[in-house]
Amino acid sequence: MSEAMLDYDEVIAKYEPTLGLEVHVELNTNSKMFCGCATVFGAEPNTQVCPVCLGMPGSLPFVNERAIESTILIGLALNCEIATWCRFARKNYFYPDMPKNFQISQYDEPICFNGYLDVEVETDDGMRTFRVEIERVHMEEDTGKSLHMGGATGRIHGADYSLLDYNRAGIPLVEIVTKMVPGTEKYAPLVAKAYVAELRDILRSLGVSDVKMEQGSLRCDANVSLSPRGSGVLGTRSETKNVNSLRSVERAIRSEMQRHAARLDDGLKVVQETRHFHEDSGITTSGRSKETAEDYRYFPEPDLVPIAPDPAWVEELRATLPERPSVVRARLQKEWNIADKEMASMVNAGVLAVVMETVALGADSTKARSWWVGEIARQANERGVEVIDVGVTPADVARIVELVAMGELTDKLARQVVDGVIAGEGRPDDVVATRGLKVVSDDGALLLAIATAIASDAAAAEKVRGGNLNAAGALIGLVMKATQGQADAAKVRELLLKELGQ
Amino acid sequence: MISRDDVAHLAQLARIELEASEIDHLAGQLEVILGAVARVQEVAGADVAPTSHPLPLKNVFRPDVIRPSLTPEEALSGAPASEEQRFRVPQILGEE
Amino acid sequence: MITQNASEMAAAVAAGEITSEALTQAHLSRIAEVDEKVHAFLHVDAEGALAQARAVDVARAKGEKLSPLAGVPLALKDVMVQKGVPTTCGSKILEGWRPPYDATVVTKLKNAGVVILGKTNMDEFAMGSSTENSAYGPTHNPWDLTRIPGGSGGGSSASLAAFEAPLAIGTDTGGSIRQPAAVTGTVGVKPTYGGVSRYGLVAFSSSLDQAGPCARTVLDAALLHEIIGGHDIYDSTSIDAPVPPVVTAAKMRNVKGLRIGVVRELGGEGYQAGVLQRFNESVEVLRGLGAEIIEVSCPHFEYALPAYYLIAPSECSSNLARFDAMRFGLRVGDDRARSAEEVMNLTREAGFGPEVKRRIILGTYALSSGYYDAYYGSAQKVRTLIINDFNAAFAQVDVLISPTSPTTAFKIGEKADDPLAMYLNDIATIPVNLAGNCAMSIPCGLAPEDGLPVGLQIIAPAMADDRLYRVGGALEAAFNEAWGGPLMNKAPSLTGGVR
Ligand SMILES: [Zn+2]
Repeated sequence: MSEAMLDYDEVIAKYEPTLGLEVHVELNTNSKMFCGCATVFGAEPNTQVCPVCLGMPGSLPFVNERAIESTILIGLALNCEIATWCRFARKNYFYPDMPKNFQISQYDEPICFNGYLDVEVETDDGMRTFRVEIERVHMEEDTGKSLHMGGATGRIHGADYSLLDYNRAGIPLVEIVTKMVPGTEKYAPLVAKAYVAELRDILRSLGVSDVKMEQGSLRCDANVSLSPRGSGVLGTRSETKNVNSLRSVERAIRSEMQRHAARLDDGLKVVQETRHFHEDSGITTSGRSKETAEDYRYFPEPDLVPIAPDPAWVEELRATLPERPSVVRARLQKEWNIADKEMASMVNAGVLAVVMETVALGADSTKARSWWVGEIARQANERGVEVIDVGVTPADVARIVELVAMGELTDKLARQVVDGVIAGEGRPDDVVATRGLKVVSDDGALLLAIATAIASDAAAAEKVRGGNLNAAGALIGLVMKATQGQADAAKVRELLLKELGQ
Repeated sequence: MISRDDVAHLAQLARIELEASEIDHLAGQLEVILGAVARVQEVAGADVAPTSHPLPLKNVFRPDVIRPSLTPEEALSGAPASEEQRFRVPQILGEE
Repeated sequence: MITQNASEMAAAVAAGEITSEALTQAHLSRIAEVDEKVHAFLHVDAEGALAQARAVDVARAKGEKLSPLAGVPLALKDVMVQKGVPTTCGSKILEGWRPPYDATVVTKLKNAGVVILGKTNMDEFAMGSSTENSAYGPTHNPWDLTRIPGGSGGGSSASLAAFEAPLAIGTDTGGSIRQPAAVTGTVGVKPTYGGVSRYGLVAFSSSLDQAGPCARTVLDAALLHEIIGGHDIYDSTSIDAPVPPVVTAAKMRNVKGLRIGVVRELGGEGYQAGVLQRFNESVEVLRGLGAEIIEVSCPHFEYALPAYYLIAPSECSSNLARFDAMRFGLRVGDDRARSAEEVMNLTREAGFGPEVKRRIILGTYALSSGYYDAYYGSAQKVRTLIINDFNAAFAQVDVLISPTSPTTAFKIGEKADDPLAMYLNDIATIPVNLAGNCAMSIPCGLAPEDGLPVGLQIIAPAMADDRLYRVGGALEAAFNEAWGGPLMNKAPSLTGGVR
């Protein structure tokens, strides 16, 4: 059942949006937040579990120091204040994927608070910076995963059941919550997307998370509300859960704005609720309506002692912060001598970090950029995945650029190499070897192919000999066909003309 | 005052399917108990700091080192039901 | 042989006068003989115990150095997990559960060659003062089988008083080691919070729970304390410091010059006359031993019981949420049609007894939005005030003393559905748990009016557990001399003949 949507321009003409974003990040620690179990993604079910993360009677949590350190780093990178004393708290609610039926989280004493992140969005008037204020960054633990079985018929009376795997239960999660973000106007969806993208880049540069949206190591809940233009009244917000790609962040916000506006226009109220975003249709649907407001009965976690980060430790961590991505961008734009627009297209495609890595591996910046923004982005788009997840690494691109520069590959062959890498045939050199994609530069082999071409189209050869150089095209085509495109066309032409006395 | 409805709501929060007679009985007892324990408010002034942990310990961490997990057999050994190396539970409502 | 002290048994094993196997078998026989009447045990692990005993005998034969209690049997409260051995916490909801891991205390016992006979009965999830709240039926006090053995660790205390075991492990959240010790004429110690690992202790109230030693003598308790105490990385609230020198202290037998405070608020109205009489005599004994007796006041102790009955239920409402029929234990109503939530609700209804439900509901209330500050928040403030009272008292004295329990053992069934009356049993023990310091109960005679044991409580500051043993050891020696032997000699044989 799809709901009415108002045209986006009309939405903006009548309403002002306010954004709010909650991002959950799985840290890439070796072991879990409160026990020593491994955190490998995709492991066999229930092989990374112990009494602690299964919530068995008698077990107690014990805190992973690196998780604390990573969280403080995130807070520092987001310009937050770091608490001098804080506690974990229990968030009590029952759910089968949560072994203890409470989540160890933080309540009114987050470890990091009051920060901000500036994000750049391309507007009608060029690049503009929007400041997204951060309310809090806090630590908690992930839940297990459920697999729903059966249930072709009605859910309640069918033979339905669920299977639970607790490998993910207890993996450290950091929740980053923004304050309300007003004043983004029609750019609200873009600001939301840019915020998540920038956050992802920062987290990657800190090395604290894999930040893979499709694997769930970075999850975004996007809130938006509308207020009638000039009214100054904050509207009711909806919260769209688990928006799993950058593009979806933008689409979900836009779609929700259109849905809210249509309701408000019809004199209906926006319901404060959880919504689910559907990648295929690009719209949200209502999640479970909360019959009563949840009462989480937070209280300080008695099994864990308070955390009081030593200010000296915090300063040590601050000193290790990498260059801020926005600073990096300004520097690179200058170094690479590119326009705002080109930088924006790289940022929009989410490829800046990989381009940088590719350049760092020795590739020419223009070449590296054009591969990532062009061919690889196109392929990712076709597959509906993020560029960084399409299966090509910066090392792959650097090698491909190198092979082209050495004359071992033509651009056309290089694209086939990219295809092969994406298809999982191995690294570029593997693909070159198995597919036999080498430029035919051996004069002997080319001369043989040329001789064959001349013999098979004697008429064309005569014309060339007679001075009609246009006729050479047909012969070059035959040679290229015979060499399966692996010859350098300019070289073929040169040898052919020489052969025909031109 | 603790009403029957209050007790029923608390039981719902605590996931206990109390019988009607238990709700009645508990409502009366809770009323008495809460009356007795509410005395704590007499001395809990704004100037008194709360104590959540009896000892003043802080910053107890462990290094990020992997320790052996249970085997799946051990993990599942007490499960009321299991299937495909997973805990088998009745259908979970309220999920997409 | 079974009437000896644990230290004597250990010495006999070490000297080769008896094998641990024979010693263990003697206790298993005693259990077979009397436990039908006492019902101290929920599970007897004869096979496991004998295997452990034989291992000690083998080690001894090889000339390996044995720990001070090697080869001596012990009864383990069923709230401690032991790998592969049923652990129920006295609840139906855990019936049949065999944990896949050992509690740290269990690991330490095994490493020390202490032989674990089995699991002892308790109030369900340690909530109670009489062991009547066990889903598996009450334990009977060996001094009078119609009476309660205290609680929640009534199984452990009764096993000692019935000579079914010379040592036991208890846990004390509001008095569950000390009050059972008091009413059975045995010794029980609640160590400093964080002094003994809680890893593997099924939590009732995490900020109050503490495991500790139970024995028939102060020295035996000290020997056991040294084995189970100490830092554990698996328990974040465990204290990273050596165990106080409790064994040395237990052997000192000297309290000369020690300042001993009598807490004005713990006594008087509500206390049985015979309990007060024996307590007052004990004060005189201490004075006679050269201790300086000082009356101290702890004005906020009267708020300890209400604070406890908010904090403990609040924490338990959260700690017991994991008993949900999904991963272990009982599952009720799974007919392939009901949802997980419905099965949870039905299981928790069927699996928990009335006291557990009462406390879960009370705790849920105390933590719920709108009531948190008035109840849980206020209780935490009272906790601060009680700590302040203790600090002020310990500025004047080295230890505090009081009766352990206001009464001797009452009749089974007497207070069964009167929660407030039941809660009063812990009035003198609860302040210690709230503050996190340590305390001991030792027998100080039989009440004249009913001939039942009376317990004396000794309280010391956090990490000064050795002071408990110093005072307890001296007092015990003085009593034994006065009585012509230990109080336990007067306990009924339970078999009509000689033990
Ligand atoms: Zn684990």
